[in-house]
Amino acid sequence: MIRVEGVSKGFVLHNQGGARLAVLRDAALAVRPGECVALVGPSGAGKSTLLRMVQGNYGIDGGRIVVGGVDLSTASPREVLRLRRETLGWVSQFLRVIPRVPALDVVAEPLRALGVPEEEARARAAALLGRLNLPRPLWDLSPTTFSGGEQQRVNIARGFVHPYPALLLDEPTASLDPVNRAVVLDLIREAKARGAAILGIFHDEGARAAVCDREVDVGRFVP
Amino acid sequence: MTPLLEVRNLTRRYGARTGCEGVGFDLWPGEVLGIVGESGSGKTTLLNCLAGLLPPDGGEAWFDTREAGPRDVFRMPEGERRRLARTDWAFVRQNPRDGLRLNVSAGANVGERLMAVGARHYGAIRAEAARWLERVEIDPARIDDRPSTFSGGMQQRLQIARNLVTRPRLVLMDEPTGGLDVSVQARLLDLLRGLVRDLGLAVVIVTHDLAVVRLLAHRVMVMKDGRVVEEGLTDRVLDDPRHPYTQLLVSSVLAA
Repeated sequence: MIRVEGVSKGFVLHNQGGARLAVLRDAALAVRPGECVALVGPSGAGKSTLLRMVQGNYGIDGGRIVVGGVDLSTASPREVLRLRRETLGWVSQFLRVIPRVPALDVVAEPLRALGVPEEEARARAAALLGRLNLPRPLWDLSPTTFSGGEQQRVNIARGFVHPYPALLLDEPTASLDPVNRAVVLDLIREAKARGAAILGIFHDEGARAAVCDREVDVGRFVP
Repeated sequence: MTPLLEVRNLTRRYGARTGCEGVGFDLWPGEVLGIVGESGSGKTTLLNCLAGLLPPDGGEAWFDTREAGPRDVFRMPEGERRRLARTDWAFVRQNPRDGLRLNVSAGANVGERLMAVGARHYGAIRAEAARWLERVEIDPARIDDRPSTFSGGMQQRLQIARNLVTRPRLVLMDEPTGGLDVSVQARLLDLLRGLVRDLGLAVVIVTHDLAVVRLLAHRVMVMKDGRVVEEGLTDRVLDDPRHPYTQLLVSSVLAA
């Protein structure tokens, strides 16, 4: 479902004397449906860079990344957007939303973009926020004012509200209490059981041991 | 399926100076294209050429018309272009005072666009105007008030209602959130996003505000000295900028 082949990536910082940073060389991995793979390696090894490339957020300098049949190294913006809408979910560590949009609508939005009627989209969003124990009074408020753990649960709900065939998780349990951490691990197990291919970064070793089938050491791809 | 608008090699000079040069893009229904760059980069020249306010020196702009399929709007008879401007295009200006008639009521500002495309029944026009006021979050009880009594944010929302009431398919926007308070901007962005999704609008939005582009635009073109220096998926361009100028723009934004 997710295939990374011979991928290289660097950054040229034109406004800092044209400094060149080589981050990855010849990176390769594959994630099959129903499998959860963890990217591991020391800070700065390129885990986030690789995850962002698979999401289409960072460009690819060399090689190919294919997700659900779409080659991200050549796909047009429209194709990437469609891939993200239908196939590739993403739980980021950051929440970027229009202030004043209520948390419930932020979570329902991916479904609305797929054409799910408003009532149903909000009902599914509500079920997930309830499961993640986000206090009811917060549902109608913009998550921009939420705590880190609350924002993270909004992000998680957004990533699991549609049954994406592929999912990228960036530290999905980082700021959660034990109860909500357990809920997230259950969501990941359920996604695997329905056949989702999952690639993620988990600094939480317990979480990694609980849900990941394999680890890929990104340190191997450092140039 | 064809794009709603295909622009090729659009060029406009001011004497020896370049307004914009060799600009091209495709725009599809439901898609928002952001154009960023600082003052003098050519983004407003580009928009004004597309809006028919400024004749281009060269290039083509193929618009997929309802009746006859793709037609080059730069080579179209004036009458046909005017008709499209009434029925299929909308232009939201930065200063709502330039896009509204301030000495007639809010309802008339919305209603006269409907009359321009043939609506005649007074009751129906008034009802539709009231519906649109509500849709852009203006109290319909203000329907007989003049826009000069409205706040800047309300005026901008009224201008959007006036433009969208005829169900255009292509909307051009020049800095629509410029000059508005941040809280008012958020409301406008939320509104625009809902309208794009629900009406399947295609939008070209010119702005210098990268936060607006990130939240609203699917794709972005970065312009400098009249040329497109970088383009692509909005978050890719903003988070992994390649061109020195884009890197400078992105790194110059103060994080709130």
